[in-house]
Amino acid sequence: MTAQTLIEILINGISRGAMYALVALGYTMVYGVLGMINFAHGEIFMIGMFACVYALGVFSLMWGDHAMVNLTLAMVVAMVFSAAYGYANERIAYRRLRKAHVLAPLTSAIGISTFLQYFIFLTVSKDSVNFPRYYSDWLTNNHLRLGPADVTYLQVTILGLTLVIMGGLYYLINHTRMGIALRATAQDQLMASLVGIPVNRTIAFTFILGSALAAIAGVMFSMYSNVLVFDAGYRVGLKAFTAAILGGIGNIPGAVLGAMILGLTEALTTLQFGSEWNDVTTFGVLMLVLLLRPRGLLGERVADKV
Amino acid sequence: MLNLREVHSGYGPCEVLKSLSLEVRAGEIVALLGANGAGKSTTLLTIAGVVPVRAGEITWQGAPLPNGKADAVLRAGICLCPEGRHIFPRLTVLENLISGSYLLPSNRNAAKLEEIFGYFPLLAERRNQLGGTLSGGEQQMLAIGRSLMGEPKLLMLDEPSLGLAPQIVARIFEIVRLINRTGVPILLVEQNAQQALRIAHRGYVIVTGRNQLTGTGAELLASDEVRQAYLGE
Repeated sequence: MTAQTLIEILINGISRGAMYALVALGYTMVYGVLGMINFAHGEIFMIGMFACVYALGVFSLMWGDHAMVNLTLAMVVAMVFSAAYGYANERIAYRRLRKAHVLAPLTSAIGISTFLQYFIFLTVSKDSVNFPRYYSDWLTNNHLRLGPADVTYLQVTILGLTLVIMGGLYYLINHTRMGIALRATAQDQLMASLVGIPVNRTIAFTFILGSALAAIAGVMFSMYSNVLVFDAGYRVGLKAFTAAILGGIGNIPGAVLGAMILGLTEALTTLQFGSEWNDVTTFGVLMLVLLLRPRGLLGERVADKV
Repeated sequence: MLNLREVHSGYGPCEVLKSLSLEVRAGEIVALLGANGAGKSTTLLTIAGVVPVRAGEITWQGAPLPNGKADAVLRAGICLCPEGRHIFPRLTVLENLISGSYLLPSNRNAAKLEEIFGYFPLLAERRNQLGGTLSGGEQQMLAIGRSLMGEPKLLMLDEPSLGLAPQIVARIFEIVRLINRTGVPILLVEQNAQQALRIAHRGYVIVTGRNQLTGTGAELLASDEVRQAYLGE
């Protein structure tokens, strides 16, 4: 393998991994707080994709094609849409089931996931939609030379944006009042309410935050792949969920680590065997890791929880 | 200050408190005694707003206490330090303490932390350690410290001596007394009736959610009923 291909695999893998990581964080944060897998999270990602593309259409009709302005605004719109859906999701489908058997919210999540997929399929788009090239061309056609390798502006943007978001998230969780509320709620809900932490609002905030991150990933992903389909959330969601499990579900750095490993595995597979082998290798890696570390790479041992 | 008049409460179909009355006056330590399942913890959880009142009335400083709203009760100045300590295991000692003042402006934290580290110097040494790594006694100290961060006007302690070595229990009761001397009334639930009654001004014995006996700490310590049922004599 030449230095050039190595760097390209690294950059490809890490930028794919960054997008998975943003989605995986939503799975892992909700699991951390509620102990449930939000299977509708992939659809929140998909709604972000569609909201962005439609917002771009509306903006260019309203004031013309100002690429950077429209793209930035469309990303904000996507975040707002996804956050609203994520919040509604929690409010309508999960909150009442918090004290029910674990299978109840899980079933509810699968129901919401299917509902949102076909809701978008029937009302918004039966066929795939293309991301407007005008907005992505500049990012995908311009290259940065990194030693012997070529990196697109889009990949650099994805990496930079993800890095900033991760830093912000780290700060939020570890150094703010909201962060203490979040972690306290995840660890002991009764005690959190006894010290005055608004548990319901904190849980809702977790959904909103996770959904907004998924929307950012959705926008990046739609520029990356150029096509939007109603079941994109299912495919990417499954990968991101796998990443969260790989890193140890409930663990935030674990989700990022798992996503990076997944991204790199996919990049390597694509180059060596072709992208049709991606699912085989990524889930192979997952099985291998779980055989050796059943709680994932950074997962907690049971003893830590006591 | 705090008055419970014929309070009923419970969980689902199960009524635990069946007409319970009690009072905590300014500056007092009041012990609440009773066998397992008598409703001691439920009494505290009901006052704290975690379990709603079904009938009867709770008043605090002359006004009705918000029913079933934990944050409103806390804002009114009543802090519950629950049974089992409920330390946040993966928050540091310092973060655990800070969580206790969640509803209060953070500029008063430094002074309160100093006061708490005065009671429990060990917590100052371990401030950056995770709560879950502390021993049982240290966790109890942390739990009391966290409640004090909420600047309680009434502190409710549920089984602070549970599962602790005798010397540590003695230390904890000593600190409870010190806290009380600063003017904070304390409602204390204890299995350890003898220790509790020694520091309590008054006490209540409850049986299956009803009042059984009340009196000063000394009276209850001397009463045959209490001696037989709770002091094992």
